[in-house]
Amino acid sequence: MASRPLANAGREARPADGRTAAPLLKVADLTVEFGRGLSPFRAVNGVSFEIPAGGSVGIVGESGSGKSVTSLSILRLVPEPPGRIVGGRIEFEGVNLLDLPRSRMPDIRGRDIAMIFQEPMSSLNPVMTIGDQIGEAILLHEPLSREKRHRRVIDLLNRVGIPDAAGRADAYPHQFSGGMRQRVMIAIALACSPKLLIADEPTTALDVTIQAQVLELMKEIRATTNTALLLISHDLGIIADVCERVIVMYAGRVVEDGDVRSIFHRPAHPYTRGLLQSIPRLRDDRRRLYQIPGSVPLPGTVGEGCPFTSRCPLRVERCAREMPPMFRFGDQQTAACWVTAGVEASPAEVRPPEDLADAASPGPMP
Amino acid sequence: MLRVIGSRLVDAVPTILLVLTLVFITLRVLPGDPALVALGDYATAEQLALFRRQMGLDIPIWQQYFVFIWDMLTLDFGQSLINRTPVVQLIGENLPYTIELTLVATGMGLVTGIPLGVMAAVWRNRLPDTGVRLFSLVGYAIPDFYLGALLLIVFALNLGWFPINGGGTGFLDRMYHIFLPALTLAMVKSAFIGRLTRTSLLEVLGRDYVRTARAKGAREPRVIFRHGLRNALLPITTGLGLSLLATLSGSVAIELVFNRPGIGEVLISAIAKRDYPVIQAGVVVFAFFVVLVNLLVDLAYSVIDPRIRVR
Amino acid sequence: MAVDREPVDFALPEEPRFAALHRLFAGRPATILAVVVVVLFVAVALLAPWIAPYDPLAQSYLRINAYPSAEHWLGTDQFGRDVLSRLLYGARNSLIFGLISPVLAAIVGTALGVTAGYFGGIVDRAATRVIDLLLAFPELLLAIMIAAALGGGFWNVVFVIAVAFVPGFARVARASTLAVKQEPYIEASVAVGLSTRRIIWRHVLPNISAPVVVLMTLWVASAIRLEASLSFLGIGTQPPQPSWGNIIRDGLGNIFGSPWPIIGAGFAITVVVLAFNVLGDAVRDLLDPETA
Repeated sequence: MASRPLANAGREARPADGRTAAPLLKVADLTVEFGRGLSPFRAVNGVSFEIPAGGSVGIVGESGSGKSVTSLSILRLVPEPPGRIVGGRIEFEGVNLLDLPRSRMPDIRGRDIAMIFQEPMSSLNPVMTIGDQIGEAILLHEPLSREKRHRRVIDLLNRVGIPDAAGRADAYPHQFSGGMRQRVMIAIALACSPKLLIADEPTTALDVTIQAQVLELMKEIRATTNTALLLISHDLGIIADVCERVIVMYAGRVVEDGDVRSIFHRPAHPYTRGLLQSIPRLRDDRRRLYQIPGSVPLPGTVGEGCPFTSRCPLRVERCAREMPPMFRFGDQQTAACWVTAGVEASPAEVRPPEDLADAASPGPMP
Repeated sequence: MLRVIGSRLVDAVPTILLVLTLVFITLRVLPGDPALVALGDYATAEQLALFRRQMGLDIPIWQQYFVFIWDMLTLDFGQSLINRTPVVQLIGENLPYTIELTLVATGMGLVTGIPLGVMAAVWRNRLPDTGVRLFSLVGYAIPDFYLGALLLIVFALNLGWFPINGGGTGFLDRMYHIFLPALTLAMVKSAFIGRLTRTSLLEVLGRDYVRTARAKGAREPRVIFRHGLRNALLPITTGLGLSLLATLSGSVAIELVFNRPGIGEVLISAIAKRDYPVIQAGVVVFAFFVVLVNLLVDLAYSVIDPRIRVR
Repeated sequence: MAVDREPVDFALPEEPRFAALHRLFAGRPATILAVVVVVLFVAVALLAPWIAPYDPLAQSYLRINAYPSAEHWLGTDQFGRDVLSRLLYGARNSLIFGLISPVLAAIVGTALGVTAGYFGGIVDRAATRVIDLLLAFPELLLAIMIAAALGGGFWNVVFVIAVAFVPGFARVARASTLAVKQEPYIEASVAVGLSTRRIIWRHVLPNISAPVVVLMTLWVASAIRLEASLSFLGIGTQPPQPSWGNIIRDGLGNIFGSPWPIIGAGFAITVVVLAFNVLGDAVRDLLDPETA
């Protein structure tokens, strides 16, 4: 397996699917800090990735990985105290959003880029009808007459699968269930046909069955419109279901970036391998569930090197000192690891990457 | 919604009865011998007995209770001991002054307090916020009668801009007389409402649906008013009810400071003169207003909050 | 794999215990100032008989309504009484009411609240109904209504103020008791056979002390304010005994003579109440951060 560092360590990777068209969204070296005083900590540390037009990308990571902050940064919704975007570029259709004056952002939000959040129960204004809330999303960007707006609202409600749309438009959020409210949120997001939809853990707070329905809805929307999707989740399964590319984040950094097949069949980063290992399999119920030993480092305790060092079975001395750049593993996949890239040799027995999805009973990590 | 109003009204009945019972206990049971309290230590036995008979205090206490409840509900307050005017009339003449003072003061307090609170929340931790918080701190601490006396000294006595006492006749004159007293109460009120608005608004602005609104592309003013303040109205309404009642109780002292007619003034002078029927009536009237305001706040809630209004 | 939500606002790491106490004062000039004022107030109140230049009740027709001068720092009132001395004794008066009444209210209110909370059932429901009703009344109004029946005078005022505060304490005590009642160690105590009284005394009370202490600090301020209001209205401390409230009342009757009694007494009330409020807020931040 050939592995060599990319020119500029992954910052100007060719578009993954081979098209030479410019990506819809390009995040380059994004850094976000929190806290005041002498030692603010970096929730997001030099994160870079791309989303092609009409594509679907997922960001996966545990709590504290910085995935939510990354997604909020795109729309510049990070609360300004205590947070601060201190570096990087976020290029949407070629324009760096971070360079725009703040007053321009409301034009982009909802119209070009829309976002839905994790808690459908509290994300809707309790004193406005849902018809008004969806209507507001339209009103803010398009001068439609009340009539036309109302029709568009009904139309959207139908599209997201709310039964009896005309009747329900005058209802209040508290009269809907969690799954329905999330559909309403999706309707709000789609109101102006945005080019990019960011979904931050949209199904985490829902029942598994409702979860499946909402995901189906999202897949259907992708199929029928050309909306690009950025899906944030801690659940690899969901991302595999919906997305074409996966970005794995850990403690504020991107550690692996590749298409879904490659990530699942040949994970290049030890953390990714650990995540996949942790997914319980039907054939496996005799053993204890695998857990990556240790826990996510507390904010502010991560130094200059690779943040996964303390938990990594493959670690060598260089890992603690120096953060590896993104190495290329095959056409569609990059990962930041000295050892798996072959640059450093690990004393631990390195198992060659195997097709974990086909393994009969994978043993514990070396 | 009518059902909600109806049920609240029905709920109010036992409350009124409970209130009247508590008033009865306070007035008749607590002091031991109301006759002694009313007539003083030097009253003779005959005077005491006469008083008791006149006031209906010589029948067994449980009978007194029912007579009391009935009298109060039918507004049969008896006559003043001092000048024999029917107490109902006394109250009827003075109540409007108190009500107008309370309403004007509350209105002024709202009109200044809410904008102050919004400013403090929006420019949090900067100058307007610090100013409002300071204003609130002092407003909580300063006794309203002291503030009233200060205003009286400066604006009425020294500068002569406002009358020193009285209630005024005719609408404009009454408004002229009301200004300083209402201003006194309003300043304290706006400190309270300002702080409450600030706290409620800040709390609401931290909620998820405000984030949703911003993500939709709403600009700050819309977020603050349509999404923020609209939802902050709920706790503000409760605060408004409390504030109204506080104004009512403050009006008692203010009426004294500015020598204004009103229920408070009637009650206080009745206490000084030991005018028993008037004292009784005054206490009941105040108690009644408390119940009324609480009821109105409850009803307001069911109108404002769709979660209650719509099932 | 962990299913926690990812927090968007990051909590700062925990502080060591005494850092909190330090934080109470450091960088908070207001709190330090408040403590200074409170200490001054208590000192003045306690030492009044020794530091007052004149007898607060001594009248003198030679020096009526004098303006502030070297002999009378705040002047005299319409009876020739030295205003400063009256204010100092007024402080003493306020301190007494400010301490006794909340303590009394705390004891009675806590007893009521704990009983209602612990025993539950119809006792609880009846008590709650009455407490809620009383709480619907503004304190001053409640105080006026009770004073209407009883008149003024020292013990009456203590009683009236205490009653005005009892519902507040009762409600807090009840809520805390209910929370504590759920704790497993209460069940354990019952199972082991501890008598109800012991359980309440040794387990329930210590755990509800924090919110009660917070309330007490804030209510010293309220008690002082309430007593002043009642005295102002004539149904509190009776003249000639000086109270900041009745000094203002007398002052109003003498408003053309000298404004100094009013100015002085009112200022004293404002400053002391303000100081206790600030202190109370700081104590609450320290002991009970969730309600801050």
